[in-house]
Parts: sequence; C-alpha cells; structure tokens
Amino acid sequence: MKKVLVSGKVQGVVLKSKNPINFLGTVDKKTGIISDKNHDLFEKSIKDTILVFPSGVGSSVGAYTIYSIKSNSSAPLAMICQKADLTVATGCALANIPLITITDEEFASIENGMKISLDTDSSNLIHFQ
Amino acid sequence: MELTREEESALKGEQGEILQMTYRILVATGEATDAEKLIPIAWAHLSGVNYNTIGDAGEEFLSGISKNARVKVKTTLNPMGFDIDNVSDYGLGENFISKQLSIRNSYETMGVIPSFSCIPYEIFDIPKDGTQVAFAESNAAIHANSYDNLKTNKESAFSALASAITGKSPFSSLRKDDNSNVTIRMKVKNPNELTYGMLGFFAGKVGDTSINISGLGEMDTRQRKSMCGGMGTSGTCAKFLFGEEDSGCEKVDFDEKEMQNIHDELNTAEKGDLITLGSPQLGLEEMYDLTGKLKGRSFKKRCMIFCPRTVKEQAKKIGYANELERAGCEILSDCCTCLTPLITKDNVDAVTTNSIKGAFYLKNSNGVDVNLKSLSQIIEDETR
Repeated sequence: MKKVLVSGKVQGVVLKSKNPINFLGTVDKKTGIISDKNHDLFEKSIKDTILVFPSGVGSSVGAYTIYSIKSNSSAPLAMICQKADLTVATGCALANIPLITITDEEFASIENGMKISLDTDSSNLIHFQ
Repeated sequence: MELTREEESALKGEQGEILQMTYRILVATGEATDAEKLIPIAWAHLSGVNYNTIGDAGEEFLSGISKNARVKVKTTLNPMGFDIDNVSDYGLGENFISKQLSIRNSYETMGVIPSFSCIPYEIFDIPKDGTQVAFAESNAAIHANSYDNLKTNKESAFSALASAITGKSPFSSLRKDDNSNVTIRMKVKNPNELTYGMLGFFAGKVGDTSINISGLGEMDTRQRKSMCGGMGTSGTCAKFLFGEEDSGCEKVDFDEKEMQNIHDELNTAEKGDLITLGSPQLGLEEMYDLTGKLKGRSFKKRCMIFCPRTVKEQAKKIGYANELERAGCEILSDCCTCLTPLITKDNVDAVTTNSIKGAFYLKNSNGVDVNLKSLSQIIEDETR
C-alpha cells in the first residue's frame, strides 16, 4: 500500500534487496555495510543509496541502529518498503530519513541501479529518471 | 493521518527539534498502524532502558535528547541491567555500569519516574476504566489491555518515548473496541503458571492484534502474569479477550500436543546450574507466596529473584526478604531475567526457571540452555 511514513525529497540510485533487513546486527553502524553472510546485500554499503527492501524485521532496538548510521553519515538517502514495520518506521523518524511504502507492482518495477527521485509532496511519490 | 494545526506546526519544526522528532515518530507509527489521528494519553511506560539491549547507540541518543526533552505525562520505566545495591557481586565491567548509569541519568533528567519495573500495573495505582495509556513493555501492555481496563497499543520504545514527551499516541486498532476473530480453546487440564505461559506463547503465534481464549478457569496473579509474558514474547498480539467461543469465529485448540511443541522449543536442558524467578518481576504477593511455600527449606543452588525496588523494600520491612535470603535467594531489584547481563554462557550452562518469557530470552539472547519447571516443582526438586 502507498503511504508516506517520513516525508522528504531526495534523488539517488536504487540499492534493492530481495531479503528483509534486520538492522540490529546485520548492518555495520559505522560504515553502513551489510555484514550478514546470508543476506543478498552482503558486503554492499547502504550509504547514500535509495534503499528498497520488502520490510524490516527483528528487534525494535534496530531503530537506534538506523539513527547511528545516520549519525555516522553512512545512512541511505531514503528507504522504500513494501510493508511498513515499526522498527524501520521509528528508526527513519528518529534519523529523519524519508520513508514510503509502495504497492507490490511498483515494488516489482524498481530495479537495482535505477536513478530515481522521491518527493513525498508529489502525488506519484517516485519519478524514474 | 489527520493532524491538528498545532501538531502540523510541531511536525514542521516550528516548536523545536525535539518535538519535531517526536511527532515524526508518532506520525510514522500512526501511518504504519493505520491510525487516523493522535489522542491524549495519561501514562507512558518506557522500554529501552537496559544497556544490554540499547547499547552505545541508545545511550548516546538518550544522553543527547535529555538535554532538552522533558516528559509531559506520568512516565515510568522498564528494568535496567543490574541492582546497584549488589552489582559488585556479579562481576559486571566498569563500562557497563557507567553506561547504564548514564542511561538512568538521562531518563531522570527528562522527568521519568525511575521505577525500573516491568510490572507497572502491580506497583502503581491503576487509572479509571478506559483510560488511554502508552505502554512499551509487552507483558505490561497486554496486562493493561486484558486485566486493568486500560487501553494501549503494543508500543515500541520510541513511540512510548514520543508519547511521554507529547502526551499523545496514535489511535490504532487496540485503542478502539475490537473483537478477535480467532478463539483459542484451552484444553489442557490442571494448568500451572508454566502451562499458562505456554498458552500465552502459543496465543502470540496465532493472534494478530487481540485474541479470545475460552475455557480458562480461575487464575492467580502468577499465572496471569506468566500468560501475558508468554504472549508478549512470541508475537505482536496485545490483548486477551475472555469470551466463550462464538460460532462465527475460527477456533484453535491448545491441547497437550501443542503444549508439548512449545515445551520442546523452549526447554533445552534436563537441569539448571541456577534458578531464576521473575520475568515478569515478582510482586509482593508472589514474594509472600514463595516465603510460605518454602516453609523453612533452603535452595540447593543459587536462586535469583527479580522484583521492583518498592517490592524489595516492602519485603524487607515485612520480613519476607530475610526469610528468602535465609533460604539462599539473591534478591535483585531494578532488573530482570529478561535480557540480563548477569547471566552469561561463560559462567552458566543452563538455567532453571518457571518463566516462558525468561526462557525465550535466556536461550536466544544470552545463549544459555533452559530447564523449565513450575515454581512448585522447583521447590520440590531444588530445596531441602
């Protein structure tokens, strides 16, 4: 479902994950690099990307991790999910990272490496460049 | 979500950074839980206190916001990592202690009551029926919704903190009158608190927001708390209803077989090196009951009892604490079994407990094995 959880306006390059993300323990809070060997983004950095993933999972303390990544300047520019979960929602709210959810069709249409702009004040939310 | 003009202004940052951040949290939480507006709350109970769980990131965050943030409504606090009275007995590092005290200090600076308890419903007066509150501790949220006639979401540490600072919370489904479309039929005979804990754990896996349970008999305080703790551990469900099954709704049986499955999932040892009682923490009634059950017997191994500070102090005054210490118990206030830094796999292989919630976290977070036993069984097997 289409929702704006944290508003904002950014443009950047998509980093898309097939797997959900458990921010507590999976993401290095200094570098923003995914450290979980079993994750499809293993060894990739989420820094300055538009991070597209199904949803967050795991402990709500993961919200502090999102805040830490932002404090260490290693956070994504924005996050786009299929499903809203409270850990990612509150983490992005703490860190002021724009966060939206989109429909399954839209989620399927976004590919890794695409350049997109996100504007939560526009009706489409996402523009492909 | 619809915001009032004042709420919009706070979200835009016109009332300072702290309020802007707290409204961002409330809006994001409200959108995620399909709330249409914010409503006033009378009491917030915060999680995110134990340094063992929130770590450096949490400590730094709280230290930062405590410079300016102040709570607007009565706000109470979950347990921290240790009891300052006896922390030196447990070999906890200097860093842990100083970071934990910094967290404590940040909350106190913000005006939070330093209750360090996961059973606020037992140690504070309950407001009048139907009062909206914001409880982050899962067993407390479930207890408040199911037994105390209060209304709360199963808040996160962050939404509860934002609610404490603004005095508002999203009007999500649990705050409205709701019905469960699933009924669990309790089929296990002669249940003890362990049975109810496992029933709760089962219910958390089956239910979504609220769940109806039929076939429950009279339950005591220990059994009710165990059931709330169990459900809070395994899922998102945050309210028990206690109606008879109605014909239209889906029915699931909790029988010996389902119970055995959960027992097998959580019970991983034949015996424990030490015993823990509490998670949820013990109230005064349970301290009294334990004293009576012991009848002068003593524990054959270490037995850690977790309770709120007010309960420890009352137990001292009345004399229960003396009797429990004579029996070899270590009484710890301000902390709990759940996510304790005081039990690690370096010094303990397995723990005996009657807590389903404690068992889950001991196994999954502390990495120690668990031997589940009811309190009566513990007293029979582990004392002389």
